[in-house]
Amino acid sequence: MHKRKKYVGLQRRKARAGYLFIMPFIIGFLVFMVRPLFQSLYMSFCTVELGAGTFNTVWAGLENYWNAFRVDPEYNRLLVEEMTRMMVYSAAIIVFSFFIALILNQEFRGRALVRAIFFLPVILSSGVIIGMESNNQLMANLANTIEQTTSGVSITGALEEILRTSGVGVRAFETVFELIDNIYDVAIASGIQIIIFLSGLQTIPKSMYEAADIEGCTSWESLWKITFPMISSLFLVNWIYTIVDFSMRSDNAVIEKIQKVMIEQLRYGPASAMSWVYFLLNLAFIGVTTLVISRGVYYYE
Amino acid sequence: MSKENKPGFWERNRLSGGYVLRKTVTKWGVSIIRFVLLFGLCFMILQPVLNKISVSFMTEADLYNPIVISIPEHFTTENYLLAAELMSYQKAVVNSLLISFTIAVLQISVCLLVGYGFARFEFPLKKFWFACVMLVILIPPQTIASSLHLHFRFFDILGIFKATTGNTLNLRGNVLPYYLMSAGCMGLKNGLYIFMIRQFFRNIPADLEEAAYVDGCGMFQTFTKIMLPQTKPIITSCFLFAFVWQWTDGFYSKMFLGGTKLVSTGLARLVDSLQAFIQRLTGTLTTVSVAYSNCILATGTLMIIVPIIVLYLFAQRSFVESISTSGIKM
Repeated sequence: MHKRKKYVGLQRRKARAGYLFIMPFIIGFLVFMVRPLFQSLYMSFCTVELGAGTFNTVWAGLENYWNAFRVDPEYNRLLVEEMTRMMVYSAAIIVFSFFIALILNQEFRGRALVRAIFFLPVILSSGVIIGMESNNQLMANLANTIEQTTSGVSITGALEEILRTSGVGVRAFETVFELIDNIYDVAIASGIQIIIFLSGLQTIPKSMYEAADIEGCTSWESLWKITFPMISSLFLVNWIYTIVDFSMRSDNAVIEKIQKVMIEQLRYGPASAMSWVYFLLNLAFIGVTTLVISRGVYYYE
Repeated sequence: MSKENKPGFWERNRLSGGYVLRKTVTKWGVSIIRFVLLFGLCFMILQPVLNKISVSFMTEADLYNPIVISIPEHFTTENYLLAAELMSYQKAVVNSLLISFTIAVLQISVCLLVGYGFARFEFPLKKFWFACVMLVILIPPQTIASSLHLHFRFFDILGIFKATTGNTLNLRGNVLPYYLMSAGCMGLKNGLYIFMIRQFFRNIPADLEEAAYVDGCGMFQTFTKIMLPQTKPIITSCFLFAFVWQWTDGFYSKMFLGGTKLVSTGLARLVDSLQAFIQRLTGTLTTVSVAYSNCILATGTLMIIVPIIVLYLFAQRSFVESISTSGIKM
């Protein structure tokens, strides 16, 4: 009653129009999302038997989850590996894309060309192509040949050796080395993030930097005092986008595993259980990190 | 100070107490470092593509030749012919173009409506529905894949088909369900488009619409006549995203469009088809060498991305401009 009173006259007409506008989404959501979502949740507790022209579900309790964690030989390992990889890479992607966006926001010759090249990964890292990239043995062979012909002269290799022998924080270094070795993966996954950061950077008024400059602020200081707070909300967006993007990539080992169980072995129940565990873990991770990051987000105005 | 005897660089430097020199050196230093860095990174991004181009022109003998690294000794276009045959390239390209284009148009027009609805109207439960949009962005399609699979395998609307024909419809491997899903905003990354379009509409001042309403323009007419002409940038970028992602998508294609020959599924299956092809030629069970299959794969990948890169080159300027001016602001 209270609600209805609020929407009268034009407001009411507008409310109705609003509903009409978002109607496709509501229908689509109810038909194609809600039902499959609950069905898949239900199936994860069932054994699904495919028959001719129909399928039967038999309630099996937590058996599928038990199977995924205790019986399946790979699932646990893949899950842990993918989650760690996701954390490390997402952080690296955010830092990298912020850095690149800062550079691409400066004025220099050939900027349009460089921007075009950096956005190319949006194409190159999509869909089936990314899976092709990561297991291309020919390229690996080629890299080996090149490495051998240059007789092992490598600055990064030498640096790694020095840092390794220093013996401080070896494990942290190893992670960094892995990231540096896979910088291509990082670069190729950060196309959209660069675009988002760049669009944010362009909305910061120039006058702020000028004022800071006149007050004697160095560029380093204005980076932390102006740029960082002004686009901090975009860090949140990019972080969520990166994680979602990472968890849906087709070369993701967990996803491959689920696909294999579902499409090749036709075991729908266990596949649903596995994907629900993965989804909930991701959601929890996004939730926790979002809470932490959103504390640091500064909203201008 | 008159124009004729403008002081020289060193003179100005002396007058400023070394400030000019320092400033110039820093400026040049920064540009040099920036150039080296960007050159390296651009090379890194382009290198696999360049590499694929050179590999795709090599004969099999060149692949094993340790002297040949990037310029083939025996130049050949046979790889292209073979890859084209294995993927049924012409047919696949036509199919993919048709499907990607229609799907992208459908998705973007529906998402435009929904995004506009979320941006401009106040209605009960708006927050709830928007949370649903966020949920759609966050749920990986893989989570609901298995049940969608069954949903379309035994498709039925309220038991109508079962009653009339005695059987449910098998829509798997059919194009129709995917169009239905796209019309319901449940296609590939559609939540993201809704979100972007909503952000875009929120940045357009509402005065024009108010004026239109005052002049007696209806809600829908206002949308088509007043708002749509202003949305060119966001339509360009969203359309390109939708087209490209649909073009290379393996997941939905494999699930719904398995029966149709598409470039993305063709590429995913390329190595297997190569194996089958060679087996048919020799008549015995043979495994294709890794190098050769990768060479064909590289050729196939190139053939897939060439159409998009052409599109990208044409649309690049408006794409980059639109995405940075439309601003995905929060």
